[in-house]
Amino acid sequence: MAKLTKEEVKHVAHLARLAITEEEAEKFAEQLGKITEFAEQLNELDTTNVEPTSHVFPIVNVMREDVAQQGLPRERMMLNVKEQESGQVKVPSILD
Amino acid sequence: MTLFERSAKELQESLHNGELTIADLTKEAYARIEKLDGDVQAFLALNTEQALAQAEEMDQVPFEERGPLFGLPIGVKDNIVTEGLETTCASKILEGFMPIYDATVVQKLRAAGMVTIGKLNMDEFAMGSSNENSAFKTTKNPWNLANVPGGSSGASAAAVAAGEVPFSLGSDTGGSIRQPAAYCGVVGMKPTYGRVSRFGLVAFASSLDQIGPITRNVRDNALLLEAIAGVDEKDSTSADVPVPNYVSKLDGDIKGLKIAVPKEFLGEGVQDAARQSVLAALEVLKGLGATVEEVSLPHSKYALAAYYILSSSEASSNLSRFDGIRYGFRAEGVKNLMELYKETRAQGFGDEVKRRIMLGTYSLSAGTYDAYYKKAQQARTLIKQDYDKIFEQYDVIVGPTAPTAAFKIGENVDDPMTMYANDILTIPINLAGVPAISIPCGFDGDLPLGLQIIGKHFDEETIYRTAFAYEQATDFHKKTPQLWEGK
Amino acid sequence: MNFETVIGLEVHVELKTNSKIFSPAPAHFGAEPNTNTTVIDLGYPGVLPVLNKSVVDFALKASLALNMEIEQETKFDRKNYFYPDNPKAYQISQFDKPIGKNGWIEIEIEGKDGQPGYKKKIGITRLHMEEDAGKLTHGNGYSLVDFNRQGTPLVEIVSEPDIRTPDEAYAYLEKLKSIIQYTDVSDCKMEEGSLRCDANISIRPYGQEEFGTKTELKNLNSFNFVRKGLEHEEVRQAEVLRSGGVIEQETRRFDEKTGKTILMRIKEGTDDYRYFPEPDLVNLSISDEWIERVRQSIPELPDARKARYEAELGLTAYDASVLVVSKEISDFFDAMVAAGADAKLSANWLMGDVSAYLNAEGKELGDTALTPENLAGMVKLISDGTISSKIAKKVFTELVTNGGDAAKIVKEKGLVQISDPEVIRGFVTTVLDNDTKSVEDFKAGKDRAIKALLGQIMKASKGQANPQLTNEILLEEIAKR
Repeated sequence: MAKLTKEEVKHVAHLARLAITEEEAEKFAEQLGKITEFAEQLNELDTTNVEPTSHVFPIVNVMREDVAQQGLPRERMMLNVKEQESGQVKVPSILD
Repeated sequence: MTLFERSAKELQESLHNGELTIADLTKEAYARIEKLDGDVQAFLALNTEQALAQAEEMDQVPFEERGPLFGLPIGVKDNIVTEGLETTCASKILEGFMPIYDATVVQKLRAAGMVTIGKLNMDEFAMGSSNENSAFKTTKNPWNLANVPGGSSGASAAAVAAGEVPFSLGSDTGGSIRQPAAYCGVVGMKPTYGRVSRFGLVAFASSLDQIGPITRNVRDNALLLEAIAGVDEKDSTSADVPVPNYVSKLDGDIKGLKIAVPKEFLGEGVQDAARQSVLAALEVLKGLGATVEEVSLPHSKYALAAYYILSSSEASSNLSRFDGIRYGFRAEGVKNLMELYKETRAQGFGDEVKRRIMLGTYSLSAGTYDAYYKKAQQARTLIKQDYDKIFEQYDVIVGPTAPTAAFKIGENVDDPMTMYANDILTIPINLAGVPAISIPCGFDGDLPLGLQIIGKHFDEETIYRTAFAYEQATDFHKKTPQLWEGK
Repeated sequence: MNFETVIGLEVHVELKTNSKIFSPAPAHFGAEPNTNTTVIDLGYPGVLPVLNKSVVDFALKASLALNMEIEQETKFDRKNYFYPDNPKAYQISQFDKPIGKNGWIEIEIEGKDGQPGYKKKIGITRLHMEEDAGKLTHGNGYSLVDFNRQGTPLVEIVSEPDIRTPDEAYAYLEKLKSIIQYTDVSDCKMEEGSLRCDANISIRPYGQEEFGTKTELKNLNSFNFVRKGLEHEEVRQAEVLRSGGVIEQETRRFDEKTGKTILMRIKEGTDDYRYFPEPDLVNLSISDEWIERVRQSIPELPDARKARYEAELGLTAYDASVLVVSKEISDFFDAMVAAGADAKLSANWLMGDVSAYLNAEGKELGDTALTPENLAGMVKLISDGTISSKIAKKVFTELVTNGGDAAKIVKEKGLVQISDPEVIRGFVTTVLDNDTKSVEDFKAGKDRAIKALLGQIMKASKGQANPQLTNEILLEEIAKR
């Protein structure tokens, strides 16, 4: 199967929020093309009536009781936050 | 010789008869690291001050109150979160990250009285099979420093093989405990999916990841698994199945054990030394009373495709939280939010991680989901059914853990059949969710080879029983690399 | 050319559980930012979600109250997108198997502008569970995030595009709010953020089957603004089409000051959320017994109550519909009737003096000292003639602030209505003796003079003279003079 186009690669990189160079785009185009090979292989399999496995064991209904626990103190929560202001996490301008 | 050649049982005896203190054992770990880790390069953050202080306190605890692992040193793979001890997943994007909570397994280690010596290097975010993908250092195989220790839990296996610590924890998503255990000549167990809590394990592929023990002998491995296994209310995928006393079942008796050997496991890509070591191992097992028959796992060849699609897809989502905003590396000089995301992630992640994120994002994107992700999940069902069928008639499945011994650092494995065999020996096991162990079974020159024993869901007992019987009948596990003696 | 409007509404309702949907932090948060979070809410590496059972109960309850079918084998999915208020960069939601589907509610539109009123069923496509995101506030060149709200449990309720007028949209929202409040799974207060609404609107020539291009309206902060925004938008779209233009798929913000909708952004294609089943949560298998248990816990809903009030208690349709708007009032009414009070009188008091008091004081019924028993007691005293409605107002003032027993209050304050004809005659006689002018005026044909006389009698009797009797006796005595 054909490898991906550079445009398609850039779109995937954008979805994944990864800045990539032109070279990387080329490289990824080929590597992502490999996955279509995988998909082709899987197409050999007859999967009519085969249930997809999203959980390898049939456990169901794991839930907890609705009991509230106190939140952690703010200084601890924000320990690893590099940019903060008035107790909130700060991010640069969001261009919508 | 080092203290850590002794088993846990022997170390406990030394503590109880006063020959050694816990402080002695802890200091020994740091002394070994000092002596050898310049070469092995297994450890990242060291917990020295805390560990020594902890050891002093623990020496005051009366003997009756101590369990079998009390006071013994352990290394923890750096994708397992440790409160107050830097956790990086060997990635620049988490450099300096100081967790504010402990993984459930770490809490259990504490409860068992184990002393955490430090964090162990790995392939970045557990993606890789050689430990060459770490952002910080490349760990070496203690048997030959020019070779890889395997991955992604390469340093977890190397640290134990080098006698720096007698115990370590690794994680396994597609073979990441078993393959390094084989390459480093130690015992590594990937438990049944759901046997050990994943709370605090930085997720790679949520439906495949498991934490497991790495040790120099089977009994120690069983002890450690017992300590960390069990249902966890913080992990909805952990199984509410009682944890047996694995150690009590190690009686060495495997008469009548039915062993299945899939022909796909001894195919073309498996090289001679590995093949011979497994065949010899099977003879030993037969000699102990087991029966051996050939079987087939017909869907094995689809495991690779299914694994790469599923694991990359889940990983691409799991790794999206790394954006510098709440923790970790944050790119500077950015003009706006979009740039912050893209630059932080581009600069913070290594190449292999980026590749898998791209692969996963693509697999999940609109238009490809049904063809890729869903199809892979269906393939997974068929692969799991292969194992279910075999286990209806057999007790364990046996084969080589890896098709070769450890390869050279920087060597690109070119032969596609070998690359292929590398994967299909271990990956299908994660897809099926079954448990598997790797134990030393021979050498290729000076490099170790591993035997893989696969069991039914939640039947780690039978695996340990089989492994123990084999171990007692051989002495591969007693061998140590030349490095032990130092230069 | 005339156009038909097609509207669909997407409502998010915050559930009032104790803890969040996937983390044990409290679901209703204090004022200080980032003080009500656990490591799970911050999306720390290694954390895992655990489902809160009450959220499922509440979602089932809401679905059943909205006449929906329950998807018994259901699950959660990840919705992947990057935004600072979304710490994991994915929201755990439900994609292809929402817990509730194919429901409906009935709305009633009043007759207006010569058109008759009508009833109509609006379909509800789906109801699903999901987690809320954090709160963003914007500064100059930066934004701040508070994660307290992250993880608050929500249900998203999506209507079929069955709504045809902004009035219908308003009625739908009122009815939806009322039903949900009755189930007590949410306060549904838009002003507090526990109910949010986005609207989709398109227009098409009458008779055309295909829907026109729709625009999405956001920032609709009250039901009234929803109506206004839709009214403006249907006019705007019609103008565009009539002048030969095309409707673009846009997201538009409602501007409260101007009453107009303003372009926020053009929607480029559909967002790629890369949905896949959430691997960290196991599936839900909802048994028939579970559903039944929840169904039993649903109180009588507004429509059923309204029908009962009309059929069994003889209330008018209007009165019944007003009474059922609030469950608190309706429950109170039922209890009053159960305590023996007359239905019509009780209804009047609740809709009249009680509501007026609550509005003036900004209070809820539960904040006052009124109980169904004590108010019923007062109503019964009116019914049996012990006090008049006018006197009752004094009793009411006492009950609403201090509670107590109506009969006792009447006794202590000497408010018993005077119904003894002889006593009344005494008052009447005295007043007539004193005010002969008014008597002459009345006899001369000035009917208003009677009012002056009545006023004096009431004053003399401290308002306690039975008004009807007083009137009769007064006329009798005047006739004698």
